[in-house]
Amino acid sequence: MRIVVLTKPVPDPASGAERLLPDGRLDRAASPAVVNGNDEYVLEAALKLVEAAGEGEVILLSMAPATAPETMRKALAMGAHRGVLVTDPALEGSCAVATTRVLAAALKTIEFDLVFAGVDTSDGVAGVVPAGIAALNGLPYLSYAAGIEPDMTARRVRVRRISPTGFDVLEAAMPALISGTQALGEPRYPSLKGIMAARNKTIDTLALAELGIDPSTVGTAGAKTKVHAWEPPPPRAATRVIRDAPDEAARQVVAFLAERRLV
Amino acid sequence: MRSVTTADRAPGPYRLGEEHEMLRDAVRVLADERVAPRAAEVDRTGEFPEDLRRLLADHDILALPFPTEHGGLGGELLTVCLAVEQLSRACATTGLILAVQELGSLPITLAGTAEQQARWFPALASGEQLIAFALTEAEAGSDAAALRTTARRDGEAYVIDGGKRFISHGSVADLVVVFAVTDSDAKRHARLSAFVVEVPSDGFAVTRLEHKMGIRGSPTAELAFNGLRVPAANRLGEEGDGWSIAMRTLDRSRPGIAAQAVGIAQGALEVATAYARERKQFGQRIGDFQQIGAMLADMDAGVEAARQLLYKACVEIDAGAADASRWSALCKLVAGDTAMRVTTDAVQVLGGYGYIDEFPVERMMRDAKITQLYEGTQQIQRLVIARALLGTAD
Repeated sequence: MRIVVLTKPVPDPASGAERLLPDGRLDRAASPAVVNGNDEYVLEAALKLVEAAGEGEVILLSMAPATAPETMRKALAMGAHRGVLVTDPALEGSCAVATTRVLAAALKTIEFDLVFAGVDTSDGVAGVVPAGIAALNGLPYLSYAAGIEPDMTARRVRVRRISPTGFDVLEAAMPALISGTQALGEPRYPSLKGIMAARNKTIDTLALAELGIDPSTVGTAGAKTKVHAWEPPPPRAATRVIRDAPDEAARQVVAFLAERRLV
Repeated sequence: MRSVTTADRAPGPYRLGEEHEMLRDAVRVLADERVAPRAAEVDRTGEFPEDLRRLLADHDILALPFPTEHGGLGGELLTVCLAVEQLSRACATTGLILAVQELGSLPITLAGTAEQQARWFPALASGEQLIAFALTEAEAGSDAAALRTTARRDGEAYVIDGGKRFISHGSVADLVVVFAVTDSDAKRHARLSAFVVEVPSDGFAVTRLEHKMGIRGSPTAELAFNGLRVPAANRLGEEGDGWSIAMRTLDRSRPGIAAQAVGIAQGALEVATAYARERKQFGQRIGDFQQIGAMLADMDAGVEAARQLLYKACVEIDAGAADASRWSALCKLVAGDTAMRVTTDAVQVLGGYGYIDEFPVERMMRDAKITQLYEGTQQIQRLVIARALLGTAD
């Protein structure tokens, strides 16, 4: 079973140093990069499936700056077998559409049964790239997976998605593209063995020319979206702490919520 | 054309890479969750923590120093030291399990044949076996070349007579690297040879376990050899190579002790800082009193300086620096003294609470002392450094 996992380096949300450049693009130099949180959940699901199958590989696919291998190493240490990195100076400032086209083209160079992606990334939060890749490459798209059950013999995959009443069950033929969230379960910590083994794993890099993509159609020059204005969220109002006895405290909390029509 | 100036930033790693940080964090989580809760009990009972040895084996921590072809993880010195540091931050006895495993195996790494490495490394890498390093004798401490244990050739074997003292893990090891005189007439540094003794063996006995001030869970044994027969195939290197093997081993093992010292100091700093944040006297956090704040700042500066020197020493030694002895001695000297000072100050910050076993800093202070003593006292480290500076007299 071969599973490609889309893996994006994003600014570490825990660093508290995420910020934008004056032109509204993300300042990627301002904070350390980590693998996008939702990508780690789908990576964990991919690793479990390949381990259970007893054969196959998990391949990371990223479009990112040349420094990405440093970030991808954690995913390799968790157990991914190898990586493919599309990196090209012309890609800087790419919009979601360009990213989709580039990743869709790169995906065509890899043999796979399934593609997994986080439903969105914590930097841009556009959430359109996985669906876009599926559309461009003619793959069935199964989104918001909370459980993934491939059947290699029947070449079909079944996905459970949380609904207000329980689960929706989606089914499609392989190959297919699946997006997932934290509902898939906690990602593992890399083991020492995994960390040391990652040293010998390879990340193949692809440049735009190798994908036959015209550099003028991507990056800042080819961007179809532009940030016109941005501002930081308003500061939070002062926290109100209730220190009364439990009964009285509960009454006040209910009154507070009722006042705002939240209960 | 790109112009360069002499002001260009020096090349080389001045930050830990992602891999090293991941590895450090993995060991730290394990140390916090599984080792720290056992540390006080290990100290109180003075029993070797078999469960923690198993823990380190199960998580491949003991595999770090060994080559991948023999079941190890092929970690370089910095990697091993990062692990020793994180374990020692929680429990110095546990950090020492890894440090001694590396110390004992270094003679085989440095002087063992491919067959010898293939024979012994897999069980050491898996943690199934432990190994000890037996150089020191009752009358040969700092003057290690003065040892008296002898190994007499007898056909395809050697017969070893004598004894060793202050041997870490001497009573729990499955393999003991013993240094003994093979030619008492040879020049001072050509008298010794090194042998791997497989335990149990007839003629090998543990005659005493020391009652120690610190690292109380780590057994320190006195060993007696009485007509102990060791196959010639267990000799490391040639006859007469023993001194050189021992000294090259210490060049690479002293950073492990420096890492233990940095870990102990970091642990103490963290306890003292948390206490200074919580404890209120005269209506304010004691850390906000300038005298306490300044102590914490000095402790932090000392720990960080010792840590950076350790990491730099590891990188230099692994790169094959000609002055490896100097780097090794520098980092142990600075880290050992820092650990003693920082743990003493941590007790001071906690006041009376620091002096009782309700808090771990008194244990850390007792544990810190050994880092100024073993694998060469601080005085020997200074001797090594001074010799590197001065060279030999004409």
